[in-house]
Amino acid sequence: MSETRPQSDLIQNPRVTSEGCSVLLDINDGDRLVFARLSAGSTLKIGNKTCSLQPLIGCPFGSLFQVESGKERPYLSRFVPNSEEDNVEDEGGCQLQEESRDNRAIIDNNQAQSLTGEDIDAMRRQGATGNEIVEALIANSATFEKKTQFSQEKYRLKKQKKYAPRVLLRRPFSRSICEAYLKKYPARIGFLRVDALSLLLSMANVTANSDVLVVDMVGGLLTGAVAERLGGTGSVCNTYLGGTPYPMEIIRMFNFSNEICERILRCSLNDLCSAQNGTGEQVGQQEDVFTVESHSNCFLQEQTSLSVGMEEVHLSSESGVAGLVRENELSTVSKTHKARKAGGNAPKEAIQLWKENGFSSLIVAAPEQDAWSLVKDLLPLLSYSASFAIYHQYLQPLATCMRNLQLEKMAIGLQISEPWLREYQVLPSRTHPCMQMSGSGGYILSGIRTYTSQSS
Amino acid sequence: MLLLDPSKKMSFNRCIRDGDLVIVYERHDTMKAVKVCENSVLQNRFGVFKHSDWIGKPFGSKVFSNKGGFVYLLAPTPELWTLVLSHRTQILYIADISFVIMYLEIVPGCLVLESGTGSGSLTTSLARAVAPTGHVYTFDFHEQRAASAREDFERTGINTLVTVGVRDIQGEGFPDEFFGLADSVFLDLPQPWLAIPSAGKMLKQDGILCSFSPCIEQVQRSCETLRSNFTDIRTFEILLRTYEIREWKMDCSKVDDDRSVASPPCKRRQPSGEGSMGDNPSSPAVMARPSAEARGHTGYLTFARLEHVS
Repeated sequence: MSETRPQSDLIQNPRVTSEGCSVLLDINDGDRLVFARLSAGSTLKIGNKTCSLQPLIGCPFGSLFQVESGKERPYLSRFVPNSEEDNVEDEGGCQLQEESRDNRAIIDNNQAQSLTGEDIDAMRRQGATGNEIVEALIANSATFEKKTQFSQEKYRLKKQKKYAPRVLLRRPFSRSICEAYLKKYPARIGFLRVDALSLLLSMANVTANSDVLVVDMVGGLLTGAVAERLGGTGSVCNTYLGGTPYPMEIIRMFNFSNEICERILRCSLNDLCSAQNGTGEQVGQQEDVFTVESHSNCFLQEQTSLSVGMEEVHLSSESGVAGLVRENELSTVSKTHKARKAGGNAPKEAIQLWKENGFSSLIVAAPEQDAWSLVKDLLPLLSYSASFAIYHQYLQPLATCMRNLQLEKMAIGLQISEPWLREYQVLPSRTHPCMQMSGSGGYILSGIRTYTSQSS
Repeated sequence: MLLLDPSKKMSFNRCIRDGDLVIVYERHDTMKAVKVCENSVLQNRFGVFKHSDWIGKPFGSKVFSNKGGFVYLLAPTPELWTLVLSHRTQILYIADISFVIMYLEIVPGCLVLESGTGSGSLTTSLARAVAPTGHVYTFDFHEQRAASAREDFERTGINTLVTVGVRDIQGEGFPDEFFGLADSVFLDLPQPWLAIPSAGKMLKQDGILCSFSPCIEQVQRSCETLRSNFTDIRTFEILLRTYEIREWKMDCSKVDDDRSVASPPCKRRQPSGEGSMGDNPSSPAVMARPSAEARGHTGYLTFARLEHVS
C-alpha cells in the first residue's frame, strides 16, 4: 500500500489550482471551453459580463462556480450543488408517471413570457440571484405548465445557462486539452481526436523509462501527451526536418513540473541521423524554446492584466511564441522567475545514448507530410522489436507507407486502423446516441520494427 | 515486460536470454507467448525451432526451423499480450483499453482500483500506465481466475505493480484501506451500480471512475446511481475499423501480394493523386479498403468524476 507518495507525484498531479497555473474553464456544461492562466488580474467574459478569475485560485480542480450579478459587478462564486435541488435530471428520473401533456397547443409566437428585459435588470439591481431570476421567468411564463416534463426541464436549463451560467474548473490533461482544441481549433492539431491520440500512445507502447521519438506537427499536443505518460522518467525527443523546430505551444497548457519538462528535448533529424557529430550542445537559439513555469508558485513572465476576450486561446502561427495571451498585450513583469524550459535542445550525451540504444517507441503525427518519406528515415533510429504508430488524416499515404514497409521488410504486425467514436446521451426514457458526432478521427498505421542481418 | 529493470530496456544491444518471455509471431493473427528455455523446442506447422538458436539474437529477429520455415521473435508488450493471453473470460481489446487509460487520466504514480480482473488484459495496460511508482489493486470474486491472473503477471514481469485480491466487490465494496486514496476506479461488473457507492468513497476528490457494460440497461442504471455523487458523466462507444491494402499495376494485370484471386477486370481504381496516368506506365498503385470483418460492439464505456467527497 503506497501511503507515502513521492513528493514529485504531488507536484505533477496537483489537485488544487495555484497562482500562475494553467486551467481549462468549462462554461455551461461543455457549451464553451476556455483556457486561462490564473492570476489576480485575469478575467473571463461570459455573455456581456466580465468576471475576475481570482476566486478560482487555490480551489480544487472540479470546483463549480456560478456567475452572480453583484451590486457592483458580476463575480464568480463557488457553488456546491445540492444533489436534490439543483440536479435537473434527477427530477426527471424520480418521476416515472405517465406523461399526458404534449405540445399540440403550444404556439411559438414569442409572447409567452410576461417579464421584460427591464424587469430583469431591475431584479438584478435589487440583488436577485441568478436562480431567483430563473424562477421568476418560469412563474411568468404562460405556457410553462402546458409543457411536457422533459420540455420543462429543457426550458429551465436554458434559462439557467443564460441567467446563472456555471463555470467548471478543470485540470488540463491530455484528454481535456485534446477535446478543447478539437472543438475550437481542430486544424491546429491536425484533427487528432482523443481516441486516436490514446491509440497512438498505446500502440507505440509509451511507458515510463522509455525513450520516445516523436514527429509532432500538431502543436505539441502529442509531445505533451507522451511526456505525461513518461511521468518524469525516460525522454521524449521531438524531432524535425530541416532547421526549424515545429511549434510546441500546447505544452504550456499541461502545467508540467520541472522533472517532466527536463525530459522534453528537441533534436533535428539531421543531427539524429548523422553518424558522427558533436552538435548536440547548441548555444543560443532560445527563441524557439517555450518556457513552462514550474508548478510551485511563480509569476508568469507574460503576466499582465488580461482584458476582455483575452482568455480565448489565440494561436498565431506567424509569431513563434503562441500562447494564452495576445502578442500586443504582453508586458514584461519586473520580477521574472527562473522558469524551466520544455523543449530544450538535446545535449550531446542524450543523442549519444539514443544512437547506442535506439528509441523504444516512434510516433508520427505529421498530417500534411508524406508518411513513407518520413518513416524510411526514422525507422532505423528505432530499436529492434520496438513499436511505432503513424497518424494521418488521409488513408492513401499510409497505404503506400505500409506497402513499402512490407516490400523493404522493415516491419511486421502492420495494421491500418481507423478509430470510430460515438457518444451517448443517457437519461431516463431519453437514452440515445448524441445527435452530433465526429465524422473522422484520422487513420493510424502501426507496426513493430524487425531485425534483419542487413539492418545495422 | 515493463522497463522497471534497466537491463531489460528495449535497445539495439539487448538480446534474447534464457528465461525471457518472447512473443512468437507466425502471422498477424497467429502468435503465442513462449518462455525461452535453453533445452526446449517450439514445434509448429513451419517445423521445429530450437530455443538455443534464439539465445543471443536481438528481439525482432527472424529465426528458422529445421525445415527452413521461419517466425519472428518479438519483445512482449501489453498490446501483444492482449492478443496472446488465454481467455478465461471475455476480454477488453486495444480500442477500449487505450481510451480507458486516456480518459481515466492515468499517469505514473497513480493508484488504480479495478474489478473484475477477468483475464488481466486491461490490468496489464493499467500496470504499464502507473509504472514505476504507482500501483494497481485488482479484485475478482473467482478464486481460480485470480490465481491465474497472478501467474500471468509474474510471467510478464508486472507482479510488483499489481496486487490481485479475491473479493466480491458488488457485495462488499472495496476494502476500507483505500478510502480516499484512489486516483481512478475501473468497473467491469454485471451490476456496477452496486459497486458505485463504494467506488465513490475510494476516490480522491475529482477522481475518475469508468464502468464498462455491454448492455444499455446496465448503463442507464449505472448513470442513475452516478448522479448522486458524480458529475461530468459521459458514455461512449469506441470501435476500430481495419483496412487491407493491395497493389495494382498500371498495365492491367494485378500484382499479387501473396493472395491468389481471380484477376479482376482491367478497371484501375486510382485514388486521387496517386501516380499519374501518363508518366510512368508500370508504377504500381496501392489501394486500401476496409476489412470485410468488423467488430460490431464490445461494450459501453461510462466515465464520471467524483463531485462530492463522501
